[in-house]
Amino acid sequence: MAITGAEIIVDALVREGVQVVFGYPGGCVLDIFDRINHVPGLRFVLVRHEQGAGHMADGYARATGRPGVALVTSGPGATNLVTALATAYMDSVPIVALTGQVPTAAIGSDAFQEADIVGITRPCTKHNFLVKDVADLARTIKEAFYIATSGRPGPVVIDLPKDVQKAKLENYVYPEQVRIRSYHPVIHPDAGQIRRAAEAIARASRPLLYVGGGAVECQSQLVALSERCDIPCTTTLLGMGIFPGDHANSVHMLGMHGTQYANYAMHHTDLIIAVGTRFDDRVTGKLEEFAPRREHIIHIDVDPASISKCIPVSIPIVGDCRQVLDRLLPLVEPKKHHEWIEQVRRWKADYPLRYPDDDKLRPQHVIRELYRATGGEAIVATEVGQHQMWAAHFWQYVRPRTFLSSGGLGTMGYGFPAALGAQVAFPDRLVLDIAGDGSIQMNIQELATAVTEKLPVKICIINNRYLGMVRQWQQLFYKENYSGTFLGTPDGRAAGASLYIPDFVKLAEAYGAAGIRVARKADVAPAIKEAIANGRTTILEVMVEEKENVWPMIPAGAGVEQMISGLA
Amino acid sequence: MANKKNNKINSAATNGSKYDAVIDTNERAVAIHEHLVTCLVENHPGVLARISGMFSSRGYNIESLAVGTTHDPSISRITIACRGDDRIIEQILKQLSKLIDVIRVVDVSQSSHVERELMLVKVAATGAARSEIMQICDIFRARIVDVHHDCLVIEVSGTTSKNEALMELFERFGILEMTRTGRIALNRGPEILSVAEE
Ligand SMILES: Cc1ncc(C[n+]2csc(CCOP(=O)(O)OP(=O)(O)O)c2C)c(N)n1
Ligand SMILES: [Mg+2]
Repeated sequence: MAITGAEIIVDALVREGVQVVFGYPGGCVLDIFDRINHVPGLRFVLVRHEQGAGHMADGYARATGRPGVALVTSGPGATNLVTALATAYMDSVPIVALTGQVPTAAIGSDAFQEADIVGITRPCTKHNFLVKDVADLARTIKEAFYIATSGRPGPVVIDLPKDVQKAKLENYVYPEQVRIRSYHPVIHPDAGQIRRAAEAIARASRPLLYVGGGAVECQSQLVALSERCDIPCTTTLLGMGIFPGDHANSVHMLGMHGTQYANYAMHHTDLIIAVGTRFDDRVTGKLEEFAPRREHIIHIDVDPASISKCIPVSIPIVGDCRQVLDRLLPLVEPKKHHEWIEQVRRWKADYPLRYPDDDKLRPQHVIRELYRATGGEAIVATEVGQHQMWAAHFWQYVRPRTFLSSGGLGTMGYGFPAALGAQVAFPDRLVLDIAGDGSIQMNIQELATAVTEKLPVKICIINNRYLGMVRQWQQLFYKENYSGTFLGTPDGRAAGASLYIPDFVKLAEAYGAAGIRVARKADVAPAIKEAIANGRTTILEVMVEEKENVWPMIPAGAGVEQMISGLA
Repeated sequence: MANKKNNKINSAATNGSKYDAVIDTNERAVAIHEHLVTCLVENHPGVLARISGMFSSRGYNIESLAVGTTHDPSISRITIACRGDDRIIEQILKQLSKLIDVIRVVDVSQSSHVERELMLVKVAATGAARSEIMQICDIFRARIVDVHHDCLVIEVSGTTSKNEALMELFERFGILEMTRTGRIALNRGPEILSVAEE
């Protein structure tokens, strides 16, 4: 029996175990839309902007570990998706994005709603495909899922011309296996290097684990290694929760806005054990001054190109992080580093993250109260800015996949749709978006998606009336010239919250969501309680201090010695 | 040299990667050298764009480029001349390997190899100059492929340095126009760059 390309696409999604597709229709995907609402067990979530679909697929993928799927039309639908693809690419998130395309005969003719999306997304996807023959469709989809989820994960685009969706194929079978001769993501780690790593650990006197998003499946191995040899552990922003933040050996986040104690530990370590991380410039700062006392770096990563890219590594181990750690652990003898671990704990006690506990409504206090109210039992998504750093500082993440944040690309507008994606995956869990008043407006239209899909995400807007992170740089490095960063109205400043643009409470209500505004410190905790309890999509807007800064800070391109601790 | 392991051309088959990624970084040199990197790639549309896009987006320069299908029509062979210190060349090799359509990557300039580029030069040639040019062509094993009253078109193949030497000699007569291909190369001896069979 012959079936159409569109039917193959939908069948393939089901066979790949896809349970939800985030998307938006248009002329070039009508055939797929005509099939997709007929499939039991496959949920379609209609977004309000294609960028939202991409970030929802991303949030779904980060929260579950399964690939997220987005479906959009050609031309503007596909170009609207690009920021989300770039976001996922930078943070190695598996997404399969289906884009409609004009009919094959029209490709290249500047047809209506034609965009060369394969060309546009080449540098921001792990791979992409244009399917020109319905006979290639099933194999291509199989390969796309395989590429997206294996090795170093990443987004894959499949561009689907309209005539291919309509074409009929006899004898369709979905392939059971993939074999791509030019792609071998499974690399067997080198036993010799693992032995060298074990020797280096045995010799080290001040070892430090440095953990990133690539180690997401390694929590128990990392804890075992840390405890066996008294190794403190720092994580990147994307590594939050992978090593439990409440563990005595955790020194939390390092880098530009990392903790003092994490950066001191990195400054004094003689052995860096880097797992699933890539020595990003926000982590290393000035390369010449990074970890000056290190004798060796062990770098475990699935992507050979990450190794020795920024910093020369003496013990590279290419392979799946968990597999490598599983092989390394039996070779590592227990070893105590009393002096080192005591030193690190002393730094931790002496230089905690803190903020003035006064009458002012400070943003850090809001995060602390959210943490207290939930007991940390939530999936936290963030936007990008100061609030993102405070969400990293004042919440203790103890499990992987509970902190969803755009690290590599730093995409404002990521958090809310990502939170919706996570909520779709986990309808019974509490999902928060810790947002800035600037960022939230970049995908605010997804309030409609949240309400219609009954996704009770709580958006906590840390409203400082500024593009705060940029304002902070202007304060520190541009002589307080706050050019283009004030978000309020001049009147609003004098007259009070109701004149702020927009009125987020009314906005929430206009979308059928709940809106709560708080402007006094004492009201924060009760308002949080109310927001959590109401069972609805909710905006909780908190009017915080305008000019609070994120501390500590190591200015861009500087070293630990130039760290500004901020508070006297 | 840091990239010596890449020279074990067939070694990639042993661990499933496209080339041996374990590099002893303790020996990295910072001197900038020219390298000839050869890839076997799927003969798909857009592959060249992926490769050139990788070079431009990461700020690496392509000095010369040659592309053609091989005796297996599903596979193209791409040869790229590029300059960089060991760290940059290592990144280029790794980033090329990372592209899904790239099957194998090797730095042929790290082992004994033959390389050629083809050049066509139109040289002004009147009077006595003609015989002098013909003599030079003889010595360089260049061929005259077109003859006109005022000029000759000369074909020569060889290493870049040989071809440049010839150009320098022609300069005196007046080079009217010239074009050259990218460099291509093969390893000497029985070693071959082939699709790794599992
Ligand atoms: C799409 C996008 N545009 C611009 C930026 C640059 N940027 C980084 S942080 C920031 C300010 C964010 O403001 P807000 O969301 O209010 O957060 P705050 O820093 O005030 O907490 C800006 C503009 C960005 N990261 N992403
Ligand atoms: Mg703000």
